[in-house]
Amino acid sequence: MDNNARLQKAFADSIGIEHQKVTDDLAYGKDWDSVSHMAIVAALESEFDIMLDTLDVTDMSSVGKAKEIMGKYGITFDIAG
Amino acid sequence: MESLLTLRGKVALVTGSTRGIGWATAHMLARHGATVLLNGSTNAGLLSERVEEIKQIASAEAEGFSFDVGNPNAVRDCYSSIFKKYKRLDILVNNAGILDDSLLGMVTPQTIEKTFHVNVQGVILNMQYAARLMARNHGGSIVNLSSIIGRVGNVGQVVYGGSKAAVIGITLSAAKELAPANIRVNAIAPGFIDTDMARKIPEAKFQERMQSIKMGRIGTPEDVAKAILFFASDLSTYVTGQVLGVDGGMLI
Repeated sequence: MDNNARLQKAFADSIGIEHQKVTDDLAYGKDWDSVSHMAIVAALESEFDIMLDTLDVTDMSSVGKAKEIMGKYGITFDIAG
Repeated sequence: MESLLTLRGKVALVTGSTRGIGWATAHMLARHGATVLLNGSTNAGLLSERVEEIKQIASAEAEGFSFDVGNPNAVRDCYSSIFKKYKRLDILVNNAGILDDSLLGMVTPQTIEKTFHVNVQGVILNMQYAARLMARNHGGSIVNLSSIIGRVGNVGQVVYGGSKAAVIGITLSAAKELAPANIRVNAIAPGFIDTDMARKIPEAKFQERMQSIKMGRIGTPEDVAKAILFFASDLSTYVTGQVLGVDGGMLI
């Protein structure tokens, strides 16, 4: 599984939607709530074996933003993803 | 059958653990098999000595982390190191605290800021990171040190009492929030305990406090550490959101 698919799975499982519906424009407050947000953080941390800074946790406002933040931890995503 | 008190295989961080209650707790948890991560912020030499003392306990492992518990970046760096090396945290004891008595009219903004920086912000910041690490391993135990003063108040302790009352509110709220992740959060409210902090008060005041203890003796750091061990161990697997007084029947 590539990084895009792993990230999609983390979001989809945490929000409770189908994987293909995870797009960059999904956003906190619109598409998921604070409880799901912490689940997403836990899923991303486990999947990619990282520990996010609290400021990055609170800054993760969309799927696109999550990809940008993950870059700080050495995890990159295809542009098409 | 293995004892319910065993902490073998568990990793515990005890803040403010070079002296007093924190040190007694670190020693207690290590004696029961935990890998203990010690913390201090002002005396790196003493922290190193304490780590070595823990390592003298049979099969005990220990490491020191020198940082200010109320500093967000320092806390982040500590937990990042814990994650990289141990991949887990099972027990957090938020013990680091400061006491600066002042009558209300003499409280300075600096005293308020300094006290809440350590006693309140420190507790929250450490819980933030600890909870995430604990959730990864399907649970854990957080023990926050409040104080009898946070429950009943005392003359000259508006700031300290306020900060320790805050610890209770933090504990009760976090217990509710983290229970689904099987993370238990409890608090200890020590009474008058024989630590450097207690020995700093004037002799007359010291005797007055002693008179208020129904059990007729000052508490020891070990008395408190034993209660912390209860919360940290599997003896308390169904206990969360509690504030346990360890005060010998002290009345203020």
